[in-house]
Amino acid sequence: MNSATTAAETAVPLLAVEHLTMRFGGLIAVDDVSFTAYRDEITAIIGPNGAGKTTVFNCLTGFYRPSTGRLAMHKNGEILRLERIEGFRIARRAGIARTFQNIRLFAGMTGLENLIVAQHNPLMKASGFSLAGLLGLPRYRSAEQAAVERARHWLDRIGLTDRADWLAASLPYGAQRRLEIARALCTGPALLCLDEPAAGLNPRESAELNELLLSIRAEERIGILLIEHDMSVVMGISDHVIVLDYGRKIADGTPAEVRADPEVIRAYLGEDDVDGSAAPAKAVAQQQPQEPAAVSSQGQALGSRFRENDG
Amino acid sequence: MTAASGLAVSQAVKPPVFWAPLLKDAIVAGFVAVLLALPLVGLQTYDVGGGALGIRTHFDWVAIAGAGVFCGRLGLRLLHQLYPRRTSRNAALTSLAAWGSRQVVPITIAGIAFAAALPFLPSSSRYLIDLGTTVLIYVMLGWGLNVVVGLAGLLDLGYVAFYAVGAYTFALLARDLGFSFWEALPFSGLVAASFGIILGFPVLRLRGDYLAIVTLGFGEIIRIVLLNWASATGGPNGISDIPRPTFFGLPFARSAPEGVTTFHQFFGLEFSPEHRVIFIYFVILAMALLTNAFTLRIRKLPIGRAWEALREDEVACRALGINPTTVKLSAFAIGAMFGGFAGSFFATRQGFISPESFTFIESATILAIVVLGGMGSQLGVVLAAILLVSLPEFGRAFAEFRMLIFGAAMVGVMVWRPRGLISHRAPTLRLGADPAG
Repeated sequence: MNSATTAAETAVPLLAVEHLTMRFGGLIAVDDVSFTAYRDEITAIIGPNGAGKTTVFNCLTGFYRPSTGRLAMHKNGEILRLERIEGFRIARRAGIARTFQNIRLFAGMTGLENLIVAQHNPLMKASGFSLAGLLGLPRYRSAEQAAVERARHWLDRIGLTDRADWLAASLPYGAQRRLEIARALCTGPALLCLDEPAAGLNPRESAELNELLLSIRAEERIGILLIEHDMSVVMGISDHVIVLDYGRKIADGTPAEVRADPEVIRAYLGEDDVDGSAAPAKAVAQQQPQEPAAVSSQGQALGSRFRENDG
Repeated sequence: MTAASGLAVSQAVKPPVFWAPLLKDAIVAGFVAVLLALPLVGLQTYDVGGGALGIRTHFDWVAIAGAGVFCGRLGLRLLHQLYPRRTSRNAALTSLAAWGSRQVVPITIAGIAFAAALPFLPSSSRYLIDLGTTVLIYVMLGWGLNVVVGLAGLLDLGYVAFYAVGAYTFALLARDLGFSFWEALPFSGLVAASFGIILGFPVLRLRGDYLAIVTLGFGEIIRIVLLNWASATGGPNGISDIPRPTFFGLPFARSAPEGVTTFHQFFGLEFSPEHRVIFIYFVILAMALLTNAFTLRIRKLPIGRAWEALREDEVACRALGINPTTVKLSAFAIGAMFGGFAGSFFATRQGFISPESFTFIESATILAIVVLGGMGSQLGVVLAAILLVSLPEFGRAFAEFRMLIFGAAMVGVMVWRPRGLISHRAPTLRLGADPAG
């Protein structure tokens, strides 16, 4: 977004999450999680189902108020505390845009309209809170034109320009996913949070998504936070992977580091005996890293799962 | 081989008739009809004399009803079996509606021209103009409610409250402060809009059924307050002698008080009571068209798109930084404002208002107009208002069957056009060329 970014500026985290905890009654969905996300980087959050990934997103984007913790967004040299900003204001004040695990497009509106609604706040200001717009003043008309151009730019990028006037609901699934990403980008965010963008995509669409995300990282100068189960996406494009399990952070590092982490392997593949005799003594023994046969076979299984998706 | 299969196909055109399920179905229908007819037409009370009631039985009528339903059901199902589901009629209706939605501009121009010419048509009478005025009030109310229900997707069952607030605002301003219709009009809209916001605040977190219940209650609260706050509103007696609208200060009267020129004197016309009727008709026509122009325009502004986005998905709206509070409140306020305008017109037209005019059935009628017309469709509201308001009028000839016909028509619309007469939604802006031309 900003024109010149120095190396020093890149070193400042875009988002610093410190000791984030989210409780729902007695259930601790997110337990003391800390991590940082940087501009020009793709940070992936992975973990088994129910690990608390989406809860982290909901805390970041103001849908939940965290029980404790500090969520600091660095924007234009100032530090914004997300947990103190009213939910719907986060998008504009802190520049955080998100997509949803179950696509939440405005189904009865066209793709173009979806992208224009995303630019609601600047357009609202330009329309003089509807007065200038009602009168049809040129100031509003030029602002609307600019909004349409911006939408067209993103439609070009996601390859939906020729279907811009289709209802969002009538687009194929993969196109809806891309449209939702484009809609988030139309808000002009500093941090883009994607909740399982590859869910339900076929391998070719997944590969296209990778390309799109890489080009966004390269050109938009924004940070991307990504929840994903599709390892081809996670391992292929992330700069940084955070692994959650039962609400706790169990690993944090580059994709290669995380892939080799025994804790991660255990979280993903479980620690039950492979041949089914789950005697307690054996289970305890398995937790020791010295159990060579089981760990190595699990490690190979996970490794091959990663490898086959790496291409 | 080919010939044999060809033969099979030609035989398959005439499907066999399965009589057993047909008869069973028809018997069940006939039985239900008999059950229903027994108390409804089978028993009739009459005056024995001395205030006592006797009961007369008409089992022959019950038998006729049962037999009629049996035969009708059998015939219908038989037709369905002999000629398997062809959607030709439905398709014709759909293509008619599609044609209508493509020709919006010519239809609109023709409609406005017809509405403007209506009072001067040779066949028009005072009754017809009055009916036209009533239809236009409902059109305007429908357009106002369309903002709330059709665009913002907030189901409002108490819309008549704003209509009442507008009417009483004008009536009170006229009675106590001597305001004329035109002076009071903006205040009526403003007060109604404030009431819209007052209603909006408690229901911000509600959606769907819950919202409908609260708005229903709100409508009743307003009516009951009007009924009981006798010192201000006159209670059930209402407010009478509300001033009639003037033609830029020229009253419509046979003779004016000292120093006032009447409309017919000013224009050198013969006095006719029809002048006022026609003038009132044109006032509501202009007000309704203004409402329409405003709604069509605001729909293409960011606030209008935010309303529609809110209808589609509130969570996504929040994630995009749209403040749902202001969006909802603005929808309530603007919808209520039009209700208020229409209310003050209603007061000046009737010259008398009482809480009787603002019952729940009015809210239901207005909502039915919006839903039948097709949520969010401006043209649909017009069609539905004409249908719903004038159908009971034309049905007067059938006296007690009036509401039956009315109900049947509504069921028919919902069967053939479940999403309303005009369910087409035109995008607020397009990237490509507009196919509607």
